[in-house]
Amino acid sequence: MQDISLYIHIPFCASKCHYCDFSSFSGIEDRIPLYVNSLIAEIDLYRQKLENYNVKTIFIGGGTPSHIEAKYIYRILGHIYENYNAQNVKEITIEVNPGTVNKEKSRIYKELGINRVSMGAQSFNDSLLRKIGRIHNAKDIFSSYKILSQIGIENINLDLIFGLPEQTLNDVLKSTKMAVELGAHHISHYGLIIEEGTKFYEYHKNGRLYLPDEDLEREMYHRATEYLVGQGYKHYEISNYSLKGYECKHNIVYWDIEPYIGLGLSSHSFMEGRRFFNTSDFSSYIDLLKDNILPVDGEEIVDVNGELEDYCIFGLRKIDGIDKEKFYSRFGINIEELYGEALTKHIKGGLLVDCGQFIKLTKKGLDLSNLVEIDFIK
Amino acid sequence: MEKIKQENIRNFSIIAHIDHGKSTLADRLIEETGMLTSREMQSQVLDNMDLERERGITIKLKAVRLLYKARNGEQYVLNLIDTPGHVDFTYEVSRSLAACEGAILVVDSTQGIEAQTLANVYLALDQDLEIVPVINKIDLPSARPDEVKKEVEDVIGIDCEDAPLISAKEGLNIEDVLEAVVNSIPAPKGDIDAPLKALIFDSYYDSYKGVVCYIRVFEGSIKPGMEIKMMSTGKSYEVVEVGINTSKHVSLGQLEAGDVGFVTASIKNVKDARVGDTITDKDNPTTEALPGYKKVIPMVYCGIYPAEGEDFNTVREALEKLQVNDASLVFEPESSVALGFGFRCGFLGLLHMEIVQERLEREFDLNIVTTAPSVIYKVTKTTGEIMEIQNPSNLPPTTEIMTMEEPIVSASIMTPTDYVGTIMELCQDKRGIFLNMEYLEEKRVVLHYELPLNEVIYDFFDALKSKTRGYASLDYDLKGYQESSLVKLDILINGELVDAFSLIVHEDKAYERGRSISERLTDVIPRHQFAVPIQAAIGAKIIARETIRALRKDVLAKCYGGDISRKKKLLEKQKEGKKRMRQIGSVEVPQEAFLTVLKYDEK
Repeated sequence: MQDISLYIHIPFCASKCHYCDFSSFSGIEDRIPLYVNSLIAEIDLYRQKLENYNVKTIFIGGGTPSHIEAKYIYRILGHIYENYNAQNVKEITIEVNPGTVNKEKSRIYKELGINRVSMGAQSFNDSLLRKIGRIHNAKDIFSSYKILSQIGIENINLDLIFGLPEQTLNDVLKSTKMAVELGAHHISHYGLIIEEGTKFYEYHKNGRLYLPDEDLEREMYHRATEYLVGQGYKHYEISNYSLKGYECKHNIVYWDIEPYIGLGLSSHSFMEGRRFFNTSDFSSYIDLLKDNILPVDGEEIVDVNGELEDYCIFGLRKIDGIDKEKFYSRFGINIEELYGEALTKHIKGGLLVDCGQFIKLTKKGLDLSNLVEIDFIK
Repeated sequence: MEKIKQENIRNFSIIAHIDHGKSTLADRLIEETGMLTSREMQSQVLDNMDLERERGITIKLKAVRLLYKARNGEQYVLNLIDTPGHVDFTYEVSRSLAACEGAILVVDSTQGIEAQTLANVYLALDQDLEIVPVINKIDLPSARPDEVKKEVEDVIGIDCEDAPLISAKEGLNIEDVLEAVVNSIPAPKGDIDAPLKALIFDSYYDSYKGVVCYIRVFEGSIKPGMEIKMMSTGKSYEVVEVGINTSKHVSLGQLEAGDVGFVTASIKNVKDARVGDTITDKDNPTTEALPGYKKVIPMVYCGIYPAEGEDFNTVREALEKLQVNDASLVFEPESSVALGFGFRCGFLGLLHMEIVQERLEREFDLNIVTTAPSVIYKVTKTTGEIMEIQNPSNLPPTTEIMTMEEPIVSASIMTPTDYVGTIMELCQDKRGIFLNMEYLEEKRVVLHYELPLNEVIYDFFDALKSKTRGYASLDYDLKGYQESSLVKLDILINGELVDAFSLIVHEDKAYERGRSISERLTDVIPRHQFAVPIQAAIGAKIIARETIRALRKDVLAKCYGGDISRKKKLLEKQKEGKKRMRQIGSVEVPQEAFLTVLKYDEK
């Protein structure tokens, strides 16, 4: 049986952060039961399709999945266990925000088989947290972390953001240090991206956002990386670090171009040579599922060429890079044969390095990965 | 239909400034004489090309024949010959005016006379044409017809007492215009039995008929089967068809003295039927050609190159097709280190250049790169040899140059008095020499300057427009050549000389131009993995330097969950942008960069 991963989107938040452009809403908590019913219906609609698949990982993301009551998560996961081949799920992650978990909730998570928590800590600097629209403070991170680990969920990721308005290098290093001292098994360290449609986008347009300059932003990234590596973390993807054996299995599925199904509003799927995505209109999502119609809003056929491109682009995001042997066994052709020109160009330019079995980005390549990746697009 | 007598023919043009309503008036005249119903009429029938219609200017002139029953009860043939309204086409205007006995002068009652209009009026007066003034746009609240009439009387010295006051847009008093044409403009005179003497005032290429010549017959007659001779080239052709242009081409048995119409004679290229040439009977030629023929000489040159992914031969074919119709366009292959193989093209002026570029892009759907326009410089080498340079890259090394000369124009700038100071400052900055200032009326003057053409083609138009909020108008004529201290300004990108950016400029301007171009290039060239120096140099001497900082970061931190397509799309977009770049050494230069050297610097 082939493996597949599941992503489940919970689009509810206590409030929207200034940088966030994900599909999430606050103030419509009354529609949570309706939404969960729709998710259940969607799970049913995939039952047949997933008959011959074995669920390998599950990721409950958002929004803030911990913002809704644990009984809903119980219902959703329970329904998955009942209807899919989900006896040997290796990793089940739920995203939580500091201050939104208590002992009771954590216990239910644990009982449901959730064995990994990804916490949106973002920073340990309270004034910065306020500036970016977060409603928690550093204390909430500590207390939520403690609750989760006491209940026995050890595999905890902390999301951190650098390159925030008015953030200093020192601040970045302080936050990473806190995360390490808390004992996080996994740290995602994202550079801030100003996305259209966010509050920050408006501020930025009006010149009201004092972002660190590029040099400083890069220094934040590299200094944090050095620190984390020094503390025994493995830098395994551009923005991800973990203790040995605690890499996020679910995300690796995306980067390895393996199949996954996205359930819920605006979620994306890749299966049997097709990428498709759900509507991001809340009402349409509800209405379509009421009539037992999959709320798919668009699709794209991925042929071998597309798959090759994706495999290289996302393969290069991994610090180990592209495994030449795996590439050959998957596509039946040597990567050098196919991408010789791009490889030579970027090896010469110092953005790529050929380590024998692997081709990977250099340190400079990590800063300019887009320049490399576009050359793998035909 | 009985042939209308010569004394009931009126041949005339319309002279007007852009936007003063020439095309609209032409439409109304056509409509009024009932040739086309309004419904059949596309707005502004005379302006056939899209580009003309969009810009509201007439580029290629044409003729149309109208029948008008006047108030006196007689039937008249009115031949309306349209003229291009731009300084670049002065010669063509003069030839079409030569085909007429009179001209309607349309003046906007809210604006008064403009420089180019005046220039064309003088051309008409040179040809002894009868001028019929018409005051337009009287429906507008800001109309001041009396003042404008007085201005026309003062400036041009023609009587405006009976000038029709019209609104072409509203169709007001159009018949008065027709009556004025009939009553004021003299009928043509010419001996029908004399040997053929006809003026070509326009020609265009038709893929079925070959070249179609628009002619005005002055003496004799022309009919199918006749052997005709072009007097400037001596080449002969057999006439296939003659006729007139109403709403379509109508074949006639013959055209005779006084008539305006077309002739086809299996001529393959417009070069062989040049505007201004005289057609005569091969077997019974006239002794003397009509005066005024001249081969038009391009004043402005630029390089036109296929953009990335475009084919050299496709560009050549398109230019050839345009040339068949436009005898004033010249081109020859050239090559540039930066841009590869392309063409050096010569134009009558800047507008002509823009028109050709736009037609290549729109009608032929080509993606092209244009280099900075240049004029023709005359170089006397130390060996005594004289060279004409239109491509800065061909300039010999300084050590071999004894003297250089540049073309000078006499310019008239018509402006409200408010802007005199600003314009004088601008002209001074452009190395202009003030000649004099004439008052047209209390608040309007015309400034006469001598200006180097290379300053005019650089950004003078844009600067003038921007500094006078569009109120000033400009007309110029080539005056001659003048010795000048000129230097070749080179631009180096990442240490490499990019020939497509080289310019010939006045020594005093070199530093400023070099700095401004370097600064602009710094803005348009994207950052690279490495720092890219941009330098401006005269010979080996660097006069300005800017640096495009190295790109420090081009990475997407986040993968947006399973939304792989989103990242891929961003990369694809980035890739698309890159494809449109021109590779110069290891630097990628966007096509716009080649345009930035031309742009007016709003300081």
